[in-house]
Amino acid sequence: MEYFLQQLINGVTLGSIYGLIAIGYTMVYGIIGMINFAHGEIFMIGSFIALTVFLALAAIGITFLPLVILLMLIVAMLCTAAWGWTIERIAYRPLRGSFRLAPLITAIGMSIFLQNFVQVTQGARVKPLPPQIQGGITLMDSPSGIVVQISWIQIIIIAMTIVLMTAFSLIISKTSLGRQQRACEQDRKMASLLGVNVDRTISLTFVMGAALAAVAGMMFLLYYGVIDFYIGFIAGVKAFTAAVLGGIGSLPGAMLGGLAIGLIETFWSGYFSVEYKDVAAFSILAIVLIFMPSGLLGRPEVEKV
Amino acid sequence: MTDTTSSASANRPEGAERLSEDRRDAMRGEPPFVEAPSEDTRLVRSLKEAAITAALVAVLTVFFFAFSTDIAVGGLSLTGNVSLWLKWIAVAFVARFLLSYFVFGGERPSIGGWKKVAAATAKLRLGKIVGVVLLLVAFTLPFLLSTFLPSQNRYLLDLAILILTYVMLGWGLNIVVGLAGLLDLGYVAFYAVGAYSFALLATNFDLGFWVCLPMAGLFAAMWGIVLGFPVLRLRGDYLAIVTLAFGEIIRVVLLNWYDFTGGPNGILGIPKPTLFGLEFSRGEGSFSDFFGLEYSSIQRFVFLYYIILALALLTNFVTMRMRKLPVGRAWEALREDEIACRSLGINTVNVKLTAFATGAMFGGFAGSFFATRQGFISPESFTFIESAIILAIVVLGGLGSQLGVVIASVVMIGGIELLRNLTGLQAIFGAGFDPTQYRMLIFGLAMVVIMVWKPRGLVSTRSPSAVYKEKKTIGADLVAQGEGH
Repeated sequence: MEYFLQQLINGVTLGSIYGLIAIGYTMVYGIIGMINFAHGEIFMIGSFIALTVFLALAAIGITFLPLVILLMLIVAMLCTAAWGWTIERIAYRPLRGSFRLAPLITAIGMSIFLQNFVQVTQGARVKPLPPQIQGGITLMDSPSGIVVQISWIQIIIIAMTIVLMTAFSLIISKTSLGRQQRACEQDRKMASLLGVNVDRTISLTFVMGAALAAVAGMMFLLYYGVIDFYIGFIAGVKAFTAAVLGGIGSLPGAMLGGLAIGLIETFWSGYFSVEYKDVAAFSILAIVLIFMPSGLLGRPEVEKV
Repeated sequence: MTDTTSSASANRPEGAERLSEDRRDAMRGEPPFVEAPSEDTRLVRSLKEAAITAALVAVLTVFFFAFSTDIAVGGLSLTGNVSLWLKWIAVAFVARFLLSYFVFGGERPSIGGWKKVAAATAKLRLGKIVGVVLLLVAFTLPFLLSTFLPSQNRYLLDLAILILTYVMLGWGLNIVVGLAGLLDLGYVAFYAVGAYSFALLATNFDLGFWVCLPMAGLFAAMWGIVLGFPVLRLRGDYLAIVTLAFGEIIRVVLLNWYDFTGGPNGILGIPKPTLFGLEFSRGEGSFSDFFGLEYSSIQRFVFLYYIILALALLTNFVTMRMRKLPVGRAWEALREDEIACRSLGINTVNVKLTAFATGAMFGGFAGSFFATRQGFISPESFTFIESAIILAIVVLGGLGSQLGVVIASVVMIGGIELLRNLTGLQAIFGAGFDPTQYRMLIFGLAMVVIMVWKPRGLVSTRSPSAVYKEKKTIGADLVAQGEGH
């Protein structure tokens, strides 16, 4: 029971990170109907920027932790958003309206480029960061020796995810930008006829997705303490799985899917085998797509002739 | 009366005066509000754009060039190279300025499609000539190399074998993606199945290459059906992501099933191919002994080269003949319109599965060739990046174009290898410059650039499989990409 609870807490934390990345996938897929393969790489870049900012702040003597984390968050979000915007501008916008395989190939090319760019500039070795936030709340202290603990960093991750999710849901549902995004999602041509700047809306979607991925990257760095240039691929595929599981195009769906994937992965590693946890996530992806292509909260796609 | 007119003039809406001025100008024949684009504004605009680009590059690269992390004693340390950062900003500024001023500055001409139609018949002949020339070069390559470049002979032959392997994989995948229109991102799974089936059969049952080759192809085809069956209902991007997942599952299983596949250690001691029982080694009963030649290690490379050439040509030949068979026609029909296919009574399940199986079979052949060439395989060789490279070759070359695959393989794989040897660049970028590091970086960038430049691939014409009266090529835009898009 204690073991189960602990795994549940870990799973929710991991699921929050996946959920934040999944939002980027789901928004982009919703609006232009393509898999942004480079999104996992954006997450990786976000965590590298956060790490570098952390070291730079330490070098100039700022060590007050809340301030450091806040600065890391802001700088990582801004810089990563710039990456997101640039990638869209270079690799996807020229191909808008072109045939559908082309942006998929440029996305894969961008993904290869970004991985190797980071490998060349930041080195190929795994970067360890000693845990910055230690301790936590002990929820249960059983006589058998298993302690159920929710650490501060887990609380921060879950709280931040809830805050960001609420904020983004409000942006999508209440602001004019959100209305424009939803309009573009439904019918891009009609939206542009009605005066929506489609290019700008799509760019902003990429910027928002990238900023959220940067938050996820920073939290990944603080939670696990090790990053390398290859973390983006697996995290990206799993987050995409989460987006599909929740129903692509749906924001709450992405979060729900992220939690589901996080829990499945944690319980699978906890009770079955760690080696096959990726197989579990990928199998879920295949099963969901085959038997429930519209996901948990998505609308079924109507085939038009 | 006078009051009302004066008040009316006072109540005139803002800008009405301006409007009447415009009207007067228009009467005089002057266009309203049109300023001729002067050289000055173009310069200013270019400078502005260049400044924005430079600022963007500065933001993007500040945490990669100016500051970066390094592993030091007792943790991480901050390193960085501010001058490198500034150099890149300057490069971005100058490059964007030149582009804005000279390339994007002028008004863009509208590009019509009529040129392609006019040149279509000429291109058909050109394509044929290029094909024949390439084939002749391919057949005589080992002799050409040993005559003209004996010092680099072995290296270049090895490179040619690598390129041909990718050509073969590209042709195999072209059946699935280019003809049947099924986007497969997990093609490397079949490559892995072929390699592992051959390696396991050869090391466990002591069988030779030629016995295992068809078996490996059969196994891969079987896996093609097994993995193809669940994804029959999926289309487009979803199909891509599920096939990617299958590819990764197979790799993870190969990596973790120690007692069967050897896990990350892979399989060692895979036998080399023989020519009717003659081995390519020193001593009694070998190839050189039988023909009374002097032993040279290059003989084995030449032999491997001809094996992969034959296998690749077999793939091409089968594809070309298949296109003329009912099943091949059905593949292309499926690519054009799946719903129409179903309404006309084509069994789409069978058609899709044959495409998967045929493509997978050639992937399996290529895989066993890879295993026998290397003598060692491990799951490392079958990562997603391999699938991405093969798909990139097919799409960059031009989906469904057999010649395009060859051109793209030579450009991409040969280009990467060429980069390895550009040690001359050290003179420009300093002695610490290692071109091999930038191989994949430039590969990724090249994928983006080629796709943006030519979204339909390097070869922009296709030959239709059914012809009326005379054979013509058609523009690539006329060919659907499949999956009902």
